[in-house]
Amino acid sequence: MWMVVNYVPRVKKPVNKFSALIRDIVQHKALYIMLLPGLALILLLSYLPMLGALVAFKDFKYLGNNFFENFMLSKWVGFTNFEFFLKGPDTWLITRNTIGYNLAFIILGNIIAITFSLGLNELLNKKVGRFYQSAMLLPYFLSWIVMSYLFYGFLSVDRGILNVQILQPLGIKTISWYSDTTWWPLILIAANVLKYAGYNSIIYLATLTGIDEELYEAAILDGATKWQQIVNITLPLLSNVIIILLLFSVGRIFVADLGLFYYVPMLSGPLFSVTQVLDTYVYRALMNSGDIGMSSAAGLYQSMIGFILVLLANFAVRKIDPDKALF
Amino acid sequence: MKEFNANSITKKSNFILNIIFMIYTLFCLVPLILALIVSFTDENIINTYGYSFFPRKLSFASYQYVLLNGRAIINAYGITIFNTVVGTFLSLIVIALFAYPISRKEFKYRYFFTFLVFFTMLFSGGMVPWYLVCTQVLHLKDTIWAMIIPYLMNGWYVIIMRTFFATTIPDSIVEAAKIDGAGDFKTFMVIVLPLAKPVLATVGLFITLTYWNDFWLPMMLINKDGLLSLQYTMVKIQTNIAYLTQINSAAGGGNVAGVIAAIPTETVRMAMAVMAIGPIVIAYPFFQKYFVKGLTIGAVKG
Repeated sequence: MWMVVNYVPRVKKPVNKFSALIRDIVQHKALYIMLLPGLALILLLSYLPMLGALVAFKDFKYLGNNFFENFMLSKWVGFTNFEFFLKGPDTWLITRNTIGYNLAFIILGNIIAITFSLGLNELLNKKVGRFYQSAMLLPYFLSWIVMSYLFYGFLSVDRGILNVQILQPLGIKTISWYSDTTWWPLILIAANVLKYAGYNSIIYLATLTGIDEELYEAAILDGATKWQQIVNITLPLLSNVIIILLLFSVGRIFVADLGLFYYVPMLSGPLFSVTQVLDTYVYRALMNSGDIGMSSAAGLYQSMIGFILVLLANFAVRKIDPDKALF
Repeated sequence: MKEFNANSITKKSNFILNIIFMIYTLFCLVPLILALIVSFTDENIINTYGYSFFPRKLSFASYQYVLLNGRAIINAYGITIFNTVVGTFLSLIVIALFAYPISRKEFKYRYFFTFLVFFTMLFSGGMVPWYLVCTQVLHLKDTIWAMIIPYLMNGWYVIIMRTFFATTIPDSIVEAAKIDGAGDFKTFMVIVLPLAKPVLATVGLFITLTYWNDFWLPMMLINKDGLLSLQYTMVKIQTNIAYLTQINSAAGGGNVAGVIAAIPTETVRMAMAVMAIGPIVIAYPFFQKYFVKGLTIGAVKG
């Protein structure tokens, strides 16, 4: 019956795509108006900067009164900015740091998260398990700046718990944490694991609790041990989720958490060799040196490679499980 | 009464698991506890003996200072609360309004607009052109909106909400509303939004956290002392502890020389961390409930 109500008599066929759009706008005025605020925001804050990324190919100068004038008046310089960035003394270091840390985060973070989710799933007392979950998730809700303050409580050279309450009483030489690079790879990895392992283990746990009990019951009848059940039932069923999360984190391997690398080491200069990553490099080049051309080239280098990696990751996910692919 | 389960792990393995989780739980909680204790420790004790879980002398001086003289800190707290409340409210409106049309089957160009928002999650022009647009096109620099507008729209939340609208809200209800003569907008307001409470709560929670924890936007776009949020004040103090004295004397806080010298910087610093964490811990049960729900909503394919 509602088909009759929905019947709209066609006056004439749309001449082209544009007039079809106009007709649609007239017909669904309200829907288009609803789209407007969000549309304006992504056009201005996402798509305009995408076009603006062309400043990477310019010698950007503040020659006009606004961005468009500045952009038009600045000279095209081709790939000069990219050459400058790629030949820079730190480029290899920051690329290596970015990828190295991300790999460590992905591998270690996931091993710990998966182990935790398996453990949480087996705990005899579920109430205690829920308490552990709550505690483990808490760091996820804190900002990196807050985390950096919490770390400072332990790492402060003359007041921190590690030096004052542990190393000194034991008669061990104290460590100047914020200028000694030795421990920072470890500290940064530990900080990242602490912030995200709880979150990830809860994602895995959500999958685990969805596994059909009957599978385990059948395995017990066959005399399978707990360990055999984990290896032969749980992990294979979890593997899809694991692989997909892994691939997407590989897709983001070129993106570093600025808060972690910038503030947890307290912007300490002597630590640059182990804390400088792409994001902090771009930020420093933009804010401290004001080098628009070079910093935008570095940023575009990062987002282009990131984009290609996401596409590859998605392609791989689609091969494994088409339903799980993002597109 | 505990049900007997042949497949349970042994008491011994259970014990070992508990030990591991207890240690990790301590790693998560102890830093917070330390911050709380330090914020209540006497400043002189810290300067002499360092931080401690069992301070020799407790003191409320840090909070007293924040309440009585820390005008800049109170102001920063106000800015953070304003950004969080206004930002979350506006953001939910923008996202829900965008998500609804692209969830409707009768909307011809829904795939195009979905793609438009989806693509922003895959590729970006990078930090620099974004900064140039914000400062030279939108002139957001040193305005309060600089800390609100850039986070209003979020591709991931739009997709989550669209999926919720498309899968959870029965078509028949929307059709029935239309037959009753309600327009698209009225249907959305009266029928769809009330049914979408779970997804609004979950997405709203994530947005609240984003605004509350943000230091990135002020780091890029704010240079004016009066506009510092709590997190960004913490950033400034971290790089320069004397900053605490500067901003407070500028804000008319401790303008007597003697008072400035007496700022308990070490404890005030941790008191600020406690102030930033406090509301999160208080709202934690609520957060956790919707957070876990959000994981299942987010799991639906985009």
